[in-house]
Amino acid sequence: MRSALGGLGPQYGIWLLLAALLLFAQTPIAADFAMRWLPLAKDGIHDPKNPALRLLQEPGEALSRLPKDAVGVGNQVNWVEALDQGRINPRTNILPETKIRVLDTDILLNLRGGTPIVRFPHRQHTLWLDCSNCHEHLFKSQAGANKFSMQRILQGEQCGVCHGAVAFPLTRCGRCHNTPQKSPPGVAVPGS
Amino acid sequence: MCCAGITLFGVALALAPAQAEYGDVVFNKRSQKEGMRPVVFSHWFHRIRFRCKVCHDELGFKMRAGANDVRMADVANGKFCGLCHNGRIAWGAERCDLCHSGRPGLESRIHGGNQTLGPGRW
Repeated sequence: MRSALGGLGPQYGIWLLLAALLLFAQTPIAADFAMRWLPLAKDGIHDPKNPALRLLQEPGEALSRLPKDAVGVGNQVNWVEALDQGRINPRTNILPETKIRVLDTDILLNLRGGTPIVRFPHRQHTLWLDCSNCHEHLFKSQAGANKFSMQRILQGEQCGVCHGAVAFPLTRCGRCHNTPQKSPPGVAVPGS
Repeated sequence: MCCAGITLFGVALALAPAQAEYGDVVFNKRSQKEGMRPVVFSHWFHRIRFRCKVCHDELGFKMRAGANDVRMADVANGKFCGLCHNGRIAWGAERCDLCHSGRPGLESRIHGGNQTLGPGRW
């Protein structure tokens, strides 16, 4: 039977397959297929020659037990769900005098933009962070007083201080822009 | 042929690019100059155990890679990492290799994958 590669012979087919696989192996998709979380010794930043490496917890061992996020998104863990489901209970403070402040108020942003409205939930943010992490140097507490810019966010400012670095990445547009634009006509809304 | 395909697929996967975990930060302002491996700080490892506010509010770590001037003397005196890495809450500063675990030559910044690939100041 003739090879599907038009008479090149099966041996060429194998080499072509190998070449294709080698090219595929260089893509991030292959990294996802290979393992959801890379072992420390293969992550490119830990020194495999460090004898203490085997004492450190492997990401796969810890993260595979937590609520999953999509493959390739952040740590591939939904951290807010992990908290809400009680799967983790990270400490809120070390110093006994630290006041734990959690605020349960949603703020609507981008009320007249071309993209869906952003419903910003204070609760999920203050479960992790203190008010002072964002206020007043990143965002003023007064509604309407902040000028948001996706350009600045993409450059690691405003929301981009965390989103794109340690919190879910900015490629997940719909997670923040999560509410359809339906502001009633003629109603004044604070600047977004 | 099928076996060869599976084997080749395995080889290809083994050659997949290495990628640090999202939010991994390398500190190498001083480490290597002083004869130590760079420090790898993994956000994922720490946030399972502590909320962001512990380090970014109580400890005073700025949320900008490279903005924190951490010296071993500070750590030994209970500042920065030393608030926990004191042998009581977490391993002590004498366990050098557990933190100074990075490959030589790494630059100080966030190394984790999946960034938005924007111009970025991370």
